[in-house]
Amino acid sequence: MSLRRLVAAALVPLALLASACGGGGGGGGEGQSFDDNSLVIYSGRNKNLVGPLIDKLRTATGLDVQVRYGDSAELAAQILEEGADTRADVFFSQDAGALGALSKHQMLAPVPQELLDRVAARYRSSEGTWVGVSGRSRVIVYDPRTVAAPPKSVFELTDPKWKDKVGWSPTNASFQSFVTALRVVAGEDKARQWLEAMKANGAKSYPNNVEILNAVDDGKLQLGLINHYYWYEKVAENGPNGVPSRLAYLPGGDPGALVNVAGVGMLKGTGHGEAAKKAMDYLLGADAQKYFADTTKEYPLVAGVPTAPGLPPFDSLKGPEVDLSKLDSLEQTITMLQDVGLV
Amino acid sequence: MSVRRIPAGLLTPAAVTAALALLPVGYLVVRSAEGGLDGVARTLLRARTLELALRSLGLAAVVTALCVAIGISLAWLVIRSDLPGRRLFGILAALPLAVPSYVAAYTWVAAVDLEGFTGSVLVLTLCSYPYVYLPVAAALSRMDPATEEVALSLGRGRSGVVLRRLRPSAAAGALLVAMYVLAEFGAVAIMRFDVFTTQIYTSYRAGFNRTPAAVLGLLLVLITLLIVVAESRSRGRASYAMRGNPARRPPIIRLRAGTRALALAWSTALAGLAVGFPLAGIGYWLLNGSSARVDLGELSGAVGATLGVAAAGALLTTALAVPVGIIAARYRGRTATFLEQSTYVGHSLPGIVMALSFVFFAVRYVPAVYQRSPLLVVAYAVLFMPAAVGAVRASVLQSPPVLEEVARSLGRTPLQTVRAVTLPLALPGVLAGAALVFLTAMKELPATLLLRPTGMETLATQLWAETGSGAYAAAAPYAALLMLLAAVPGFLLGRRSLKETT
Repeated sequence: MSLRRLVAAALVPLALLASACGGGGGGGGEGQSFDDNSLVIYSGRNKNLVGPLIDKLRTATGLDVQVRYGDSAELAAQILEEGADTRADVFFSQDAGALGALSKHQMLAPVPQELLDRVAARYRSSEGTWVGVSGRSRVIVYDPRTVAAPPKSVFELTDPKWKDKVGWSPTNASFQSFVTALRVVAGEDKARQWLEAMKANGAKSYPNNVEILNAVDDGKLQLGLINHYYWYEKVAENGPNGVPSRLAYLPGGDPGALVNVAGVGMLKGTGHGEAAKKAMDYLLGADAQKYFADTTKEYPLVAGVPTAPGLPPFDSLKGPEVDLSKLDSLEQTITMLQDVGLV
Repeated sequence: MSVRRIPAGLLTPAAVTAALALLPVGYLVVRSAEGGLDGVARTLLRARTLELALRSLGLAAVVTALCVAIGISLAWLVIRSDLPGRRLFGILAALPLAVPSYVAAYTWVAAVDLEGFTGSVLVLTLCSYPYVYLPVAAALSRMDPATEEVALSLGRGRSGVVLRRLRPSAAAGALLVAMYVLAEFGAVAIMRFDVFTTQIYTSYRAGFNRTPAAVLGLLLVLITLLIVVAESRSRGRASYAMRGNPARRPPIIRLRAGTRALALAWSTALAGLAVGFPLAGIGYWLLNGSSARVDLGELSGAVGATLGVAAAGALLTTALAVPVGIIAARYRGRTATFLEQSTYVGHSLPGIVMALSFVFFAVRYVPAVYQRSPLLVVAYAVLFMPAAVGAVRASVLQSPPVLEEVARSLGRTPLQTVRAVTLPLALPGVLAGAALVFLTAMKELPATLLLRPTGMETLATQLWAETGSGAYAAAAPYAALLMLLAAVPGFLLGRRSLKETT
């Protein structure tokens, strides 16, 4: 009898496995048929934000698109572990750093020049391996209940009057791009001094932009260094009266006004090159660019698509000139953050 | 228990389990070696590495101590005192297992000005004290009252002898808590407390250089193994081997009125903070946001996927744990120790390290299962093996070895004896272990994100996606459903802890 029980116990998982596999939504990359109508996208961008866009992409291109959502850096690590056998055809990253890492490891195929040319040179890879599809500005979020005049430069944040009042996210990719900009604009020594002075001034570390924004709205912080669109998303969720904080866009090429990008690249090992190009073409087309402007409140990077009302115009943003594709520079940033003891 | 040869029928499957559990270490060695001696030394010798290791150990020590205190006090009140509503409190004491630590952390951060070390201690303690409560409650209800009577008759207090007899079960629970805290990342990140795992995640997230992360992962394995070895040294298994259930139930102690009021307040406060508070937090998400929407198709898909992979994970974990657990309970020697301790390795690593090692091996050697459910199920088994092995070992220890010796003397082979005597007697405890794994697997996030089939979403990944875009109201149904479903095995575990008392 106990034997029968054992056998039963062994059969149950098999049955469950079978059902789980069946219900598991396709299973990407199975049976490497090179039918160019199917496409696997690894998306480091949130499902809520780009899911509807992917649906539009499916309709517009007729492609059978499967999306694997995750964290940009973790997906990049996954693709690096997969190596030449990667299941991804296209990588849709939240930031340039993860794309740069794949490019550096020779994982990305060249993007057709025609697609690259739609975007200004500073928002795409200098090697032509990835291209930005939407822009986001670094901003200072502040609490108008306690802050009358927000700072006009990140260099003011080391002032004792902001002691223990500023939130930042040293582990966050877009913060790290900002530090890279800081190094380019102010030089290595001044950048390091700024980080040390901020640390000494009690800057508080948060895991991500959303948490910083929440802390400012809850009155726990007076200032925070974030990307602009998180604020607009929160206004959409809580209503304009549910978000007490306001945004300050910094003038005069301040590193705190850096414009980052989310972008796409095509994997070298893809068997679906034509489909991948179609998808990238769609993301750089008027439809998708309008979606980024209106729905995710980002800046369209292709000329001729207007910015959403309520945002400062794209050409009014005065960010510093930084080559986002220089990953080696990002590694120096990480080393600096480690030396200062922030990550 | 004796020093006998382990029969091949047990040894072979146990060796498979151990090999599986050690797989991630192989991956970490490969990736560490890529960096050369230089890269390894650079990571190990950084002052920050030592600082964060000490922080992690400090956090683990404090949380574990608090969990032991809470777990023992609750178990004693529920099993041995006349606390009013003690059956209800017994069930409530297991339910914090159903609360994902990241949900609890979000709730606390949003509601109270609490963060850093204190906040991390609070959240992790409230989420993990059931790991101590459950085994201690079980041990208390099986304890032979004769021992206490002897102590009393000798003029000694009751508590000393009771505590000493609870040591192995409390230590087993404490070990799970300590390992859980060492590998934890989500809740401490929300509490803005940098620990050892923070550095591992940062290496992956920022550096794209996998050597530092791998070196730190190996160091974490080493630290965990030291703790495991220390626990097993202090366990002194032989002297605690049970001789079956005692003939009499231990007496119920009457509390004085004042003590009783205090005890009631203590139990109520714990249940309220650990279970009620996160529930209220989810209610607040729902009411406060405008993103509230329920896509029934997505919701039911996520429920189906969650239940499917978690149940398969629980069954596979238990099946793999049975041979190891039996060996740990009935055999001594280096092989037995090695087999048992190797199963702790997977549990000591953060989910992302585990998941990447499975990506590495599956893509290279078994591409057919890569990004299919079976791989995720195997990963769950490696992650949650210690809880299952512990359950099997404890339940096998409860039945007297003499029964097995009788079966052997009647001509049964060792394997026949396991099938006919050991397993049937241990079955209830083994199933309780499976329930624990089932519940933990339902909440798992980092490995699920990397290993699930493309397109499959579980309740945990949906919850992650919704909160990631700040859509807390839309996240609420997933969080609520996850807690509700996990509460079912939690309820069964809580009820089981009471069963033997009435």
